[in-house]
Amino acid sequence: MTLLLVALGAAVGAPLRYVAAHLLDGRLHHGTILVNVVGSLLLGIFSGLALGDHAMALLGVGFCGALTTYSAFAVQAHDRGPRLGAATVLLTAVPALGLCALGFWLGAQL
Amino acid sequence: MTPRHPLHLTVLLAVAVGGALGACARYGLTTWFEQGPGFPWTTFAVNVSGSFLLALLPGIPAVRRQPLLPPLLGTGVLGGYTTLSAWSEESRALVADGSAGLAALYVAGTLAACLAAVALADRWSTPDARHEFEDEEGDL
Repeated sequence: MTLLLVALGAAVGAPLRYVAAHLLDGRLHHGTILVNVVGSLLLGIFSGLALGDHAMALLGVGFCGALTTYSAFAVQAHDRGPRLGAATVLLTAVPALGLCALGFWLGAQL
Repeated sequence: MTPRHPLHLTVLLAVAVGGALGACARYGLTTWFEQGPGFPWTTFAVNVSGSFLLALLPGIPAVRRQPLLPPLLGTGVLGGYTTLSAWSEESRALVADGSAGLAALYVAGTLAACLAAVALADRWSTPDARHEFEDEEGDL
């Protein structure tokens, strides 16, 4: 049951990431950066809300987990050379970590 | 680089199916190796292994022969397998638990290990193959 919820959430999150990257990625991968940041914010909110196991499997592990990606982030950061690579890392990691913490705080207020 | 092709429903479906499989594999591993307090080893291992495998794909001829395989395996399976949101949330939780040093180690350690894994895997592919693989939308 839980596995099915994870699969269902991911079956929505992964194609959303693909569409964002397909439409927005250029020399800098704006689409991938955007989904990684938004997914981190959402997971922060869901964790702050202390969702139940089933909701967390669907929305957290499945949807946010598949909406975001570390593998494409690492490949894009590495293969774009030092300047664009550093920009990719900074534009991803700083807002992702900051907004995740903000999202957790927001979720915990509700 | 910039998208040259329109969105195809088959590619979207392939990414959805692959993403679901990858996420289930990640979920399976995190339940098998249950995370105790401290360094989030399971997510770390998932992200490093997934980054390594994604960087290997451009150099595998069998993957490149079928146009649907790069988005299915790379963007789908490995994109769904690895996760950046859990990395963010686990780092936040470590700071909240008073382990800011461990959080910094986790943040920097994952980044360094994943970049090193990509650099290692890149030895089995050419820059041309990697550019083509990107045009095939295998690493989005």
